[in-house]
Amino acid sequence: MSLEEPDDPLATRDVGVTEEGVDYDALADLLGDTVIDRESHVNAEGFVVRPDEVQDALFALRDEAGFDHCACVTAQDYDDRYESIYHLRKYDDPTQEVSVVVPSPKSDPVSQTAEPVYRTADWHEREAYDLVGIDYEGHPDMRRILLPETWQGHPLSQDFSGEEPQVVTLREHANPLADDKRSEDDPDTMFINIGPHHPATHGVLHVETVLDGEQIAHVEPDIGYLHRCEEQMCQQGTYRHQIMPYPDRWDYVSAGILNEWAYARAAEDLADIEVPEYAQVIRTMSAEMSRIAAHMLALGTFALDVFGDFTAVFQYAFRDREVVQDLLEDLTGQRLMFNYLRLGGVAWDLPEPREEFFEKTRDFLDDMPEKLKEYHNLVTSNEIFQMRCVDTGILPPEEAKQYGATGPVARGSGIDYDLRRDDPYGYYSELDWDVVTEDGCDNYARVLCRMQEVEQSARIIEQCVDLLEDWPEDERDIQANVPRTLRPDPDTEIYRAVEAAKGELGIYIRSDGTDKPARFKIRSPCFSNLQTLPVMSEGEFVPDMIASLGSLDIVLGEVDR
Amino acid sequence: MSSDNTRTTKHGAEIESTQEARLGEGVDSRFNSTLREAFGSTPFILTKFDQFMNWVRGSSMFMLQFGIACCSIEMIHTYAIKHDLDRFGAGVPRASPRQADVIIVPGTIVSKFAPRMKRVYDQMPEPKFVVSMGSCTISGGPFQEGYNVVKGAEEVIPVDIHVPGCPPRPEALIYGVAKLQERIANGESAPVTVKPYELEQFGDLEQDELVDKLADQIDEEDLVMRYNWSDSP
Ligand code: SF4
Repeated sequence: MSLEEPDDPLATRDVGVTEEGVDYDALADLLGDTVIDRESHVNAEGFVVRPDEVQDALFALRDEAGFDHCACVTAQDYDDRYESIYHLRKYDDPTQEVSVVVPSPKSDPVSQTAEPVYRTADWHEREAYDLVGIDYEGHPDMRRILLPETWQGHPLSQDFSGEEPQVVTLREHANPLADDKRSEDDPDTMFINIGPHHPATHGVLHVETVLDGEQIAHVEPDIGYLHRCEEQMCQQGTYRHQIMPYPDRWDYVSAGILNEWAYARAAEDLADIEVPEYAQVIRTMSAEMSRIAAHMLALGTFALDVFGDFTAVFQYAFRDREVVQDLLEDLTGQRLMFNYLRLGGVAWDLPEPREEFFEKTRDFLDDMPEKLKEYHNLVTSNEIFQMRCVDTGILPPEEAKQYGATGPVARGSGIDYDLRRDDPYGYYSELDWDVVTEDGCDNYARVLCRMQEVEQSARIIEQCVDLLEDWPEDERDIQANVPRTLRPDPDTEIYRAVEAAKGELGIYIRSDGTDKPARFKIRSPCFSNLQTLPVMSEGEFVPDMIASLGSLDIVLGEVDR
Repeated sequence: MSSDNTRTTKHGAEIESTQEARLGEGVDSRFNSTLREAFGSTPFILTKFDQFMNWVRGSSMFMLQFGIACCSIEMIHTYAIKHDLDRFGAGVPRASPRQADVIIVPGTIVSKFAPRMKRVYDQMPEPKFVVSMGSCTISGGPFQEGYNVVKGAEEVIPVDIHVPGCPPRPEALIYGVAKLQERIANGESAPVTVKPYELEQFGDLEQDELVDKLADQIDEEDLVMRYNWSDSP
């Protein structure tokens, strides 16, 4: 593990930085002999790197060119080789991107691990091993992560056949009390299972916890209990229509439109589709409504986790969610799975009569300040709440970056990173709003961050409503002209992300000239954020771990995909 | 007991006892309820004990707090304000399966989770009932083709009521639960279903290639479940 920053952080981290973006030739010089080829992806240049010199290349890029954010690791299986792609960008300026492409031979798919460079690669590489079957040399803990340990084959590799029978064990849960003592040299430790069926784990998460006395000695999230093959589903669907319903089901706490936007953005940039401005405004507005609904759920369940508040805060939060869901239902026709965005626009215009919709939205926004005040009264200024949350679950910013944390989790640790502002899309750059950051690095800061983001979202919605109200009637284009069947050029690759409710939600698509993607990879913010749980909770008590888990605000649908 | 000195307020109106004020003049309308009319003058009801128990059971059900996937969000909404499932005597969720009599299965079941769900179901005391919520628990729903997805809750546990939808609206879930209560009150029991996926000890599995291969990884006594995507309906 090398978490240390270089001695002089300002000195040597700007190789390749120019006014017009990244100078890839300078980076090529920096990488020197490790590079064997260059590729061009839609979002960035890619360097093909020798499989046994991955760490050298990544260390150089991190320490000398300042690429401190390993957003995603995509693994895929070509006819003649396996390939892992490390999508790197910078926390300070996410438009500066570079891909590091590592091929490995079909017969012996091994490449060097990136874990010492970016801690987040740990889980990403395990997933790559699990689903595609690439082995990473030097990885500290190479085993399956999403599928059961006894699974046979690697489902996203070309030679997997779904016909094979499988055997799944119920081992860990057979009797958790029978085998208390996990480690031999320290017989006082006790192993407990939290989850996968547990009210505080927000779904089907399983946390393997080892206690030393009352303190947590070791904690390890065990995921995969909701691995619904989302990537396979998207690879089977056609770009134009069949993929869009699935994003709603990644982050399913009403954040559907934000997720749809992630896919829409990637596919539109891949196929070069220009979205009309009017549709952009509608997208922006509805996306922020989704964000409010998602943050409300986070708040309500967090209050429930931390001080058992099922009666007031939880119910209030759900009352407010109902209001947002009503608005979204008027707009999209569904309460939860909106399926509202289309490539090149949105499905339909605002509901008629428009005035009524605007009035309802305005009512909601007008009530907002009062409600937020109430929440602050009930939650953030609550003494029990403060005792539970202030200074617990500390996540220092350097660690957060190492683990690729984004969204409110990163912003609660003082990392000023919001793709809506830093990598603008939609209509955000035209509107007036602020990125919220908090310096507390604790559970409290993360919750505070979400609550303030709700305020900012309300501001954005308000401005969008104003704009939509005055939009001239004959310019209300909701859809660009998109061919009936989309067939992007073969071998185009793109990684694009949006700021979803939990952080950077990125999509990698590789096309092969057909109407379906050849590889569809989802970079889920929760997956990376959840990796920080051990940092936050080791050495603390179990209830603090539950609080940290709540303040991470994970959604298992998105963690496991 | 009557008293002579009736108290008056400042304005001179007589104060009645709360009870008097509430009852008002004549017989309280509560005593003329439809129930009363139905029973006539006898305060006794004759019924079979079984029927009585069924009625009681249906009128007060404890749900298991059990969330899996997207449907559970709508399930929480059903419990929460506005829809408030508690109005129908279907309780506030219980966190432990030992205290619950109904399990709502809200979401996609995948191979890794199926044995755990079976376990939770087994831990519930009899009589127990299952409401399966959403298309995922009927057939696998939108994820039916997934290599890892179990095609419906009925592959693992018996189901009393299916609520279709993706996700079903809270109203639909309430209707489903109400239907279940009606069935329970009428003493109708769950249909016995075919359960292809059962928990077994590894040693009891039929020997085949896969079992041989896994023999050194799994203990004889470990509980296991077979999963076969292509063979299940
Ligand atoms: S039925 Fe639909 S909403 Fe429900 S869990 Fe399945 S995919 Fe999610």
